[in-house]
Amino acid sequence: MTLFVILALPLIAAIVSALPLGRKLAPSATLLAAVASVCLVGRAALTVAAGHRVVAVPDWVELDGLGALILLLVAVVGTTAALFSWGYIAREENSRHLRQYYANYNLFVFSMLAVPMLVEPALVWTAVELTTIFAIYLVAFDNTPEAVEAAWKYSILTIMGGAMALLGFIVLFHAMRFGNEPFTWAGLVKLAPKVSPEVLESAFLLILIGFGAKVGLVPLHTWLPDAHSQAPSPICALLSGVKTTVVLYVILRFVPILNASGRINVDRWAIIVGLISVGIAAFLILQVTDYKRLFAFSTVEHMGIILVAAGLGGAAAHYGAVYQILNHSLTKSFCFFAAGTTLLAVDTRQIADLRGLIRTSPIAGVALLFGGIAIAGAPPLAVFLSEFSIFRSGIAGQHYIAIGLLAIFIIVAFFGILHHLNSMVFGEPMPQATPMTPVHLPLSSVLTLILAGAPIVILGLYMPSFLHRILQTAAQGLAG
Amino acid sequence: MGTWLALVASLNGLAAGAFLLGAFGLLATRQMLGCVRFFRLQSLALVASIFLIAIGMRVPDLIAVALLDLAIKPLLIPWLLRRYVREELFRRREIDQLLNIPTSLVIGLTLTLTAYFLAGVLPPAAGAMGNINVPIGLAGLLLGAYTLAVRREAVPQLIGIFAIENGSLFAGIAIAPRLPLVAEMAFPFDMLIIALVIGILTRITHERVGTTRVGALATLREGAPK
Repeated sequence: MTLFVILALPLIAAIVSALPLGRKLAPSATLLAAVASVCLVGRAALTVAAGHRVVAVPDWVELDGLGALILLLVAVVGTTAALFSWGYIAREENSRHLRQYYANYNLFVFSMLAVPMLVEPALVWTAVELTTIFAIYLVAFDNTPEAVEAAWKYSILTIMGGAMALLGFIVLFHAMRFGNEPFTWAGLVKLAPKVSPEVLESAFLLILIGFGAKVGLVPLHTWLPDAHSQAPSPICALLSGVKTTVVLYVILRFVPILNASGRINVDRWAIIVGLISVGIAAFLILQVTDYKRLFAFSTVEHMGIILVAAGLGGAAAHYGAVYQILNHSLTKSFCFFAAGTTLLAVDTRQIADLRGLIRTSPIAGVALLFGGIAIAGAPPLAVFLSEFSIFRSGIAGQHYIAIGLLAIFIIVAFFGILHHLNSMVFGEPMPQATPMTPVHLPLSSVLTLILAGAPIVILGLYMPSFLHRILQTAAQGLAG
Repeated sequence: MGTWLALVASLNGLAAGAFLLGAFGLLATRQMLGCVRFFRLQSLALVASIFLIAIGMRVPDLIAVALLDLAIKPLLIPWLLRRYVREELFRRREIDQLLNIPTSLVIGLTLTLTAYFLAGVLPPAAGAMGNINVPIGLAGLLLGAYTLAVRREAVPQLIGIFAIENGSLFAGIAIAPRLPLVAEMAFPFDMLIIALVIGILTRITHERVGTTRVGALATLREGAPK
């Protein structure tokens, strides 16, 4: 029942947002629904972590460990992004556009909430397609030629991926002929040893290619920096922070299934595809000219890291993978809030046009610096800890080559990000970049930065026991 | 009974032929309107095949799926595109393709042969009459992806996506005819929303960028001039 309420909240908010009853109604309804869903999702996640089941419709709508973590992240980032939207989107003068934004925002969040709680793969495919479709309007929201171009590339490439993955899901259903289990993720894990390996492997590869395009895995990543740089910043936070993760979660569901089969080396696929993404993204980070694209390429890098971690195998590496999922979502959404605040303060996306941000706008400067350092993986912040735990588990598992390459790429990306940040945040402000009047940042933006930044610091120093339990249950889900 | 089944199976072979013809038509036509027509042909062949498999393998659920597909793909989607995409775009010929048409046809032929070999990797069809669906569906998928890659106009690119989806379903129906009905119903509705959203996006692109030659959209890249 809880799960249905969680799904109903954004739908109700979407309908309310569409009503023409004043400019404050849509943002308030959205924020209210988001906060309520965080509370409900938190409770459901704790129930799952305590070892109980949360079931709405058996074999169709259920919540397990891995799903609970993703659901929690969608709800949390959905809330911070709603708060950030408050001041950020208020610049839009046309009230109709404002309502459309919030209606689409809620539908987008609805579809992302649906993915982790559906356990029937064919419906998961439908929900993933919906996340793509509902985001198209939001990517094109600024309605500039560049935003429209980004939306076009985004929709064509990712929907094409979805159409290819469809065949993978249908092939997956073929596995049902080998035994009498329900068509769910858990049923597939039980059935896997009896299914002929080519069925599982061909389904997995079709889905890896198809959904890989949606996750932004190299070489199908080209749309990602475009869409993630042109969309309004709160939407970038959702796209980079959780949308990519939600689709990657579907790919990760195959790790336990293929491992249970025992005759397919899924780890090799995950490590190779993951390393290619991390490597290419790390070197592309060096040559970006736009700071939102910088964070977008960092998303490609992190998706690769998570995939590699899942492929390293063993309980410690699986824990590292889900830990990285958590830290990446929280940190990356913060990065885009910082980038959005910077954009409000200086009105340029070009790294070369930005000097001495810390003097022009101290809040934006500090936020951008903090976000960049956090996502690059500097100690003692959250991403450092999860990356370190991945290294440790990889060395323990004797994956020396994979870990060596991963370390080199992460270090390249680290210096790339810090180099760009250094040139933007410090130095003498350019005369033309200094605004005549002091910039007035919306209160909601500052509040979002504090709210979204706090967990990054806290998780770097201390892991609350309830979160540790949720991560552990999620890691067990990855092990099968 | 034996002759009846043989008739259904050979009719299904005919549908598969029409399906492949539709896929090649999408590759070969220069007219945008022609693209829509060949997509219609391909979708009708898909509907026919679903219907025949429903009869031949005795899966009554599939008849509902066939009816829904019939309503959405050859009828509603072209109607939606006509509604949202400006009329003048439909009358146009597309002159800007990455490769010329004879070359494309040769590549298409190679892709079809590749599909025949790749079909061996996929699981076999659930019944003997569906055997032809797997390689033909896979060929439809590859040809659709190729169409998407070489086309430079918005509408043909969109139809390329639908062709990939058609190919997936054409092979999928034969591999797993007993997929849960709810899921099978969800697929065509998904396509409908895609057609709606991208149709609107095409119109916005035309308004904002002044062209639907999406191949010309190349301002966003690393190191692009400001």
